[in-house]
Amino acid sequence: MKFITEFRRSDLAEGLISQIHHRSKTPARFMEFCGGHTVTIFRYGIRQILPATIEMVSGPGCPICVTANADLDKAIALAQIPEVIIATFGDMLKVPGSHTSLQELKADGADVRMVYSTLDALKIAEENPTRSVVFLGIGFETTAPTIAASILQAEDQRIKNYHVLSLHKLCPPVIRAILDSGEVKLHGLICPGHVSAIIGSHPWEFIARDYGIPCVVSGFEPLDILQCVDMLVAQVEMGRSEVEIAYRRGVRPEGNEEALRLMYRVFEPCPAAWRGIGEVPDSGLKIRKEYQHLDAEFAFDVDPGRPYEPQGCLCGDILRGVKTPLDCRLFGNACTPQYPVGPCMVSSEGTCAAYYNYGEGR
Amino acid sequence: MCLAIPALIKSIEDKEAEAEIGGITRRISLWLTPEAEVGDYVLVHTGYAINVLDQEEAEETLRLLEEIAALGGEEG
Ligand code: SF4
Repeated sequence: MKFITEFRRSDLAEGLISQIHHRSKTPARFMEFCGGHTVTIFRYGIRQILPATIEMVSGPGCPICVTANADLDKAIALAQIPEVIIATFGDMLKVPGSHTSLQELKADGADVRMVYSTLDALKIAEENPTRSVVFLGIGFETTAPTIAASILQAEDQRIKNYHVLSLHKLCPPVIRAILDSGEVKLHGLICPGHVSAIIGSHPWEFIARDYGIPCVVSGFEPLDILQCVDMLVAQVEMGRSEVEIAYRRGVRPEGNEEALRLMYRVFEPCPAAWRGIGEVPDSGLKIRKEYQHLDAEFAFDVDPGRPYEPQGCLCGDILRGVKTPLDCRLFGNACTPQYPVGPCMVSSEGTCAAYYNYGEGR
Repeated sequence: MCLAIPALIKSIEDKEAEAEIGGITRRISLWLTPEAEVGDYVLVHTGYAINVLDQEEAEETLRLLEEIAALGGEEG
């Protein structure tokens, strides 16, 4: 068992595909919340092999895409402070803020470093004691515990020049916001597998209970997605709405309790602004008072100015699942992965990038 | 961005481990999975193990999918 190739077996995929075709009678629209799922669905052409009864829509599950311009601008303003070293995951570099991007600043001499892990950022802080390292804390519940661990580690090792800009987002509250808007009608939700590895399956229960929408937690291999769709179809056809886990090897109903404990030791919920969705209560994480000295919001005073949205970009509507990239006039001509206008084209897990890279509509 | 990759734990030292990911050995942090043991597969996300993978559940899932494939879509 290597946990990868087994879940790509085409013989098993065929079995699932024929079962889905056999079972699915009622037209249904399923949303894959997570950008990682979007990539699997496009890479393996899953939309094309599903029966005509099933429509798939992509949700807001890309932390980079949903970061509001005002927050991006804050990160960009921090990068302009001479003593600051920005440490960030790679996908953030090219995202255009209101006026410029981290990549452009870096070309002009700002110290912006791409890291793979917060562990690398801590090391940079240790090696540069006279400078300040600001790590851009972007991510969902999957990532937030790793960043919490880095803050606790900095405390342990008395690393005083390590700071985090906490722009974390929580997934269940934003799904509630999307469903409450009533803009998109869903008959099933593919719940994010690695967010659920941390939070478990219980936090999705309100969706099944209060909104009557079947929820299935899925992994990221093609068989995972197909199994998940099959389970959603079964629920739709039987008129059930429950939370089920297809990704049982990676997700327990209670989640990872140690990771949650560390996450909530360092962070507490706060309102957060989502691109295209607006402010959603309790959908963000801020650093608790106890660790304020490591919070970039408190350590540095920056004025990023007024945010401004790129003209013509439909990212906001796409993130809510009400438009597709094909509705955007800029898609594929003025906006490409080389010259992205909006974040959904920058991030490898953005919906516009998935459409572009896998040839949808070209 | 929530990408997490299965890795096999080779050795553990305190809160860190050597783990094999696709033939390459890397150091990962076990801060979030103190229960992980040598020989376990863990899901690695940005240098941290975020969960221990469950071998039995994986086999059970594959068994189920094999049954479905054997039925050839006749049942439902
Ligand atoms: S194609 Fe480009 S401009 Fe259009 S919505 Fe997507 S990211 Fe925005």
